[in-house]
Amino acid sequence: MAEIGSFALLLALALSGYSFVAGIVALAFQKRGALQLAPASGRVIVPEQSSLGALLRQGSERIGETARRAGVATFFAVLLASIVLVLCAFRDDFSIAYILHHSNRDLSAPYKFAVLWSGQEGSLLFWSLLLAAYGFVLRLRYKTDPRLFAYASVVLSGVQIFFLLLLNFAAHPFAIVTGTIPADGNGLNPLLQYPEMVIHPPMLYLGYVGFTIPFAFALGALIMKYPGEKWIHITRRWTMVTWAFLTCGIFLGAHWAYSVLGWGGYWGWDPVENASLMPWLAGTAFLHSVMMQEKRGMLKMWNMWLVFATFWLAILGTFLTRSGIIASVHAFAQSSIGDWFAWFLAITLIVFTFFFIKNKSHLRSEHKLESLVSRESSFLFNNLLFVLLCFTVLWGTWFPKISELVQGNKVTVGAPFYNRVAIPVALLLLILTAVGPLLAWRKTSFESLKRNFMWPSIGAVAVAVFLMATPHSWGSVFGLRPWVDISYFYSLMAISLAALVTFTVASEFYRGGRVISGHTGQGMFASMVQLTHRNTRRYGGYIVHFGVVVVILGLAGSAFNQDKEMEMKNGDQMTIGPYTLICRSSTEDDNANYFSQWALLDVYKGGKQIDTMSPVRRFYHASQQTSTMPDIRSTLNEDLYLVFEGVNQDNGHPILRAHLNPLVMWIWMGVWIMLLGTILTLVPNAPAPVRALATARLEPVRAGSTVTGD
Amino acid sequence: MSNSSNSCEAHIASSAKRGHARRKLAGVILITAAVFVFLGAGDAGTRFNEIGHRMMCICGCNQILLECNHVGCPASDGMRNELMAALTRGDSDSLVEQSFVQKYGPTVLAAPTGKGFDRAAYIMPFVALVLGFGLIVIVIREWKNRPAPAIADGLRPVRGLELEEFRDQARKETDL
Repeated sequence: MAEIGSFALLLALALSGYSFVAGIVALAFQKRGALQLAPASGRVIVPEQSSLGALLRQGSERIGETARRAGVATFFAVLLASIVLVLCAFRDDFSIAYILHHSNRDLSAPYKFAVLWSGQEGSLLFWSLLLAAYGFVLRLRYKTDPRLFAYASVVLSGVQIFFLLLLNFAAHPFAIVTGTIPADGNGLNPLLQYPEMVIHPPMLYLGYVGFTIPFAFALGALIMKYPGEKWIHITRRWTMVTWAFLTCGIFLGAHWAYSVLGWGGYWGWDPVENASLMPWLAGTAFLHSVMMQEKRGMLKMWNMWLVFATFWLAILGTFLTRSGIIASVHAFAQSSIGDWFAWFLAITLIVFTFFFIKNKSHLRSEHKLESLVSRESSFLFNNLLFVLLCFTVLWGTWFPKISELVQGNKVTVGAPFYNRVAIPVALLLLILTAVGPLLAWRKTSFESLKRNFMWPSIGAVAVAVFLMATPHSWGSVFGLRPWVDISYFYSLMAISLAALVTFTVASEFYRGGRVISGHTGQGMFASMVQLTHRNTRRYGGYIVHFGVVVVILGLAGSAFNQDKEMEMKNGDQMTIGPYTLICRSSTEDDNANYFSQWALLDVYKGGKQIDTMSPVRRFYHASQQTSTMPDIRSTLNEDLYLVFEGVNQDNGHPILRAHLNPLVMWIWMGVWIMLLGTILTLVPNAPAPVRALATARLEPVRAGSTVTGD
Repeated sequence: MSNSSNSCEAHIASSAKRGHARRKLAGVILITAAVFVFLGAGDAGTRFNEIGHRMMCICGCNQILLECNHVGCPASDGMRNELMAALTRGDSDSLVEQSFVQKYGPTVLAAPTGKGFDRAAYIMPFVALVLGFGLIVIVIREWKNRPAPAIADGLRPVRGLELEEFRDQARKETDL
């Protein structure tokens, strides 16, 4: 089996190498052919020249087609290698070092499948597979714009070659174990044995890898001096889908950390987490600024750099987490492949910069900014803040290394740093999220801004006053005293601004719905649905904004987190917030994969038993590692989060930690709303019936025709 | 604390009598600042919570000291006890942090300090903000100063294809 896998990887490398070289040759011939057929100097074309041009063109088309097919075949070769690796995991083939180190006989089937992305070599193979799959779809859809797709295909092949070189020569997933083959494997990292781990990495990787597509189109468009903004239209859907995958991957990771790591939090500003956030921030900036280019032909150069930065940051993140250059608790795979990534990053930067300098004159925008109070300006500031946030995360991630180089000692850059620097910027961004959609393109009058903004502002202030005036006994976020602690101040600001965004989004739906309702006589809700369907991108975008607001509300709840630790024998009770926990029993169990200990606790609220919870702690036999499985009781108000921390060795009593985390469920709900909004933006717009009606009215009614109601 | 608050309140009262709105405002700001400063001081429990969240556990788990959840962790229990002892002794925040840094090294602090090169960690993002803001101002100025397309021979009615182009442009600009 290992031989088949190795052969498939070599074949994939050869195919993508061919696709790259033949693609370049085809494009070069095509260019020369075009010059022969239509010389720029305006000389008269002699027949020989014309036939040579036609010949070159024909030849280039054929070579280009072989390049495209080689690209398609690359996907099948990488797919074969991936299938072989998964089969080896299912067959417990411990002669393959990767399977030996990341699987064991008693591992359940879904985790054996997840072995594919659980270690260094496998995850690189998985990355390569996803890249090949994206390339496969791109090459199948080449008829949309054959020339642009040919350029993008070459860029994609270049990236694919890098990953296949890595797989064949630096991180071979089919490396054979030398000496005696052990009877059982070392097992999968216990932290990865959680259902979300079967979907979190694929989602995250689909996001990371997917940003290669807009980059490939952008670089292709730059090299060929693509006229107009069509490449932006083509890549928009790719970018949206990729962004949705990355969003999903990031939050699945946060949910996994929350459900498995047992520290009661979901985001620790670890370099691995930061690595996923950076391309997301740059990608989000791009999704906003690209509208400037589509609508007004502005920010062409900036968008090129944003696409490149997004792709580059995705690779940089991989470099950070796999090179071991920056310490991280999540860096499950570290090796010497960091040098390969460093070279790749340098080469892509040089190539991109070269073509940018060469062809930047093509990217000049001609439009004039008419007013500072306009949608254009809001996008500029929006981009500034997104890029600033991205820079802050990058700076914070690298600062320990920089500090070591400058002053000889490392420092820790943890949550307190990011809370101090990033939260104010994020709050500014939230203000822009509220204001931006209310501004018109070109120019917004003060009157219109006042008209649209007054009620949402009054609503937001009312929310803030309400939160401060209400008694704290109503719930964690009530009775907020922003002067007591800076985190309360941030929370109050976040909730008020979230209310502001919600009101502006709602007012946009209401105003649009009212217009349609006035024209058609439909009810308000039906009109809003129709409104959304007529401009899915705009209103889908608003729904994404609303999802962000819901996430922000969830994050704001963290200011009120409480926790308590206690050793509890049977009958002991612990009180946290409105909950009383009574330990009913603690017990142990053993199976082939792990030994587990758990406690059984009755949960009381207001004197009534509302639940029974059982946090677990496991010890995995194969890997000899321990992991906790917290029990979480989620409600809209708060999460009760119980962790079995261990057993007192002297008396055998379990030690339990309880966390009370307000509003966490809002984070996960917000992500669903964001995804819903993103899907909506991908739905094609419905035709506007009002315009059709107006046209019909202008047409003379022919004699004998009947008018039917619709 | 109460003396200071009283003096501030007295100051506000006298300002109000004089009817100087500006002074009134200054008084309110002063009181707010005083509330922030004095409430920040807090009791030992609050300080334990605050300082404990500004430090890392040094067992290698990369977690905040008070969030380290390893039973039998070789470091966190001892560190928490040390922190509580220091606070009970009445050590100031900076003295506690200094003694921890001396004992465990600078990585024990969860964020860079505001001293020496560490200051760069906080300054750089704001420098980037200022530079970015400056750049945007320049870009906006340049865009605003661009000459508008000249009208060759006065206004003429727009018809046919040209009108359609303008319609398309308007649609493009208003549907988002």
